[in-house]
Amino acid sequence: MAGRNDEVRPKPDATVDREKVRRKADRPIRARMIATVGGFGALLVLMCLLAPLAGTTHISLVRAFDRSQAFADNVDAQIFFIARLPRVAAAAIVGAGLAAAGVVFQALLRNPLAAPETLGVSIGASVGAMVAITFLPPFSIGGLSAVPLASFAGSLGALAIVYGLSAARGRGMSSTVLLLGGVVLTTFLGAVVNFIQYVSDFSQTFRTVRWLMGSLDVGGYAPIAAALVPLALATFGYATLPRALDLMSLGPEAAAARGVDVPRAERIALVSASLSTGAAVSLSGPIGFVGIVVPHLVRLMVGADHRLVLPASALFGGAFLIGCDLVARSALAPIELPVGIVTAFIGGPFFLWLLFTRLR
Amino acid sequence: MLQVDNVSFSYTSSRRVLQDVSFSVMRGSIVGVLGPNGSGKTTLLRLIAGALRPSNGRVTLEGADVLTLSRRDLARRVAVVPQETRTTFDFSVLDIVLMGRYPHLGPFELEGASDLAIAHDALRATGTDDLASRAFATLSGGEKQRVVIASALAQASDALLLDEPTASLDVGYQLDVASLLARLNRDRGCTMLVCTHDLNLAASICAELVLIRRGRLIDRGAPETVLTTANIRSLYDVDAEIAYHPRARRLTVVPIGRAQ
Repeated sequence: MAGRNDEVRPKPDATVDREKVRRKADRPIRARMIATVGGFGALLVLMCLLAPLAGTTHISLVRAFDRSQAFADNVDAQIFFIARLPRVAAAAIVGAGLAAAGVVFQALLRNPLAAPETLGVSIGASVGAMVAITFLPPFSIGGLSAVPLASFAGSLGALAIVYGLSAARGRGMSSTVLLLGGVVLTTFLGAVVNFIQYVSDFSQTFRTVRWLMGSLDVGGYAPIAAALVPLALATFGYATLPRALDLMSLGPEAAAARGVDVPRAERIALVSASLSTGAAVSLSGPIGFVGIVVPHLVRLMVGADHRLVLPASALFGGAFLIGCDLVARSALAPIELPVGIVTAFIGGPFFLWLLFTRLR
Repeated sequence: MLQVDNVSFSYTSSRRVLQDVSFSVMRGSIVGVLGPNGSGKTTLLRLIAGALRPSNGRVTLEGADVLTLSRRDLARRVAVVPQETRTTFDFSVLDIVLMGRYPHLGPFELEGASDLAIAHDALRATGTDDLASRAFATLSGGEKQRVVIASALAQASDALLLDEPTASLDVGYQLDVASLLARLNRDRGCTMLVCTHDLNLAASICAELVLIRRGRLIDRGAPETVLTTANIRSLYDVDAEIAYHPRARRLTVVPIGRAQ
């Protein structure tokens, strides 16, 4: 009898444990989505409010938002809204666009190392934007100006080449082919970039060189508004994707067997990711590693579900790049570093660490 | 009822992978497809799952051609358990099982309480309910296969297609999966089509076997009638001894050696 009791006793504890674990896993996805978007959204808003306070002239957030004073007389508000906020807003948009594109590439290609810069999509966007800056007269189609359009075309073109390569074997995407294709494309398009610089005149070269280093100093709200159009289009596409991306990360056939229209989801994903990469690159120049660092950190925090990962990465990507830009502005003040150098200093070692842990 | 009518298929114009294959799977039965490597078994499953388009003939479910059904409708009727499932990201077991609910949800609909109940029911039916919150990637091969079967069950389809469900498993897990499939068929009336190299699995759970060699159907019928020395020799070029095993209470196939 005693023996039987001993066997029985641990059982309630085990049941309780299991119940606890199950409750966590059972927590409704709706609640998790609200908490995730709320939390990361609050972080982004906080960064947008606090980052403009940093700089050589000291300003106060309270005075900047003080409505009792006319805007023309309110120096703090002018510095906050005219001098500093455009740059912070640009960082938010670029960070969000690149991070969301990174999430989509990684799910679509079933490879955590896929990102706009490893696939050659960033440099494709750069080539497009450089062609527009160097050769094209300014024009716009339906609210989209030349640089974001050309940069979208460049990213879509580069992506189409890499994607075509990996799909050509008819057996879905091989990530080896894909990453190798990305490396070759990056080198090749790098040569195209050099060629464009070589044939353009000196003042243009200076502009493009500065641009290629990646800078968020956009100077006003007009370029931001121009980038918001493709970004809004991309957001519509992204909104339809998360669950399909979850399933497609098991492989295209497994996704199709569960009812995903895989070719359609792939098209939406590729166009949306190209749009948001193009929007980001046209605004700031190529800024590396955001698309790979941010989704990884976010997955560590919220798990694998793309209904959480995609919005959280976009929001956190914005906050992350605002933070990087803050470092770029203040680390060697009064000298400003291009923010691309800061993200590369963080992202390069991170990427290598990722490679090491994955190869182990 | 699943019906395969005179189906032919070739990936390239030169080589026929399947030629004029016809058979049917009755509701509530388990049918096994046997054949050597490269005989076209997996291609057959992909044709039934609508992943490939036959060059001739058609596959119908209750009279409807699978190619005329939308992906979503097809997924509500047929679920697929592939030979191996890998995840790129760190999904939990419950996440994987809930993915089976995809064809039952609207475009922006989230899984509700009833979906969770169905998922847990599927976990219980496959004996994986205490794995629910584990990371799928950390499971053993046998556990993974059971979880993927649970995901297919959560899909609540009329039929399950299984591609070599025991191929990468040790003998203990092979028996587990075999008894799981038999139990699901008996208790829930699951209709199944199972491609396998495991002749003993086929003999133990299948009501009917379909034998395919070089893309052609060479025999079909109950295990007792088609599992013969002659058929094994013509399928695999192997000399085998086939006997009723009193303790296993089924036919057992013992390969002796390459046929001379």
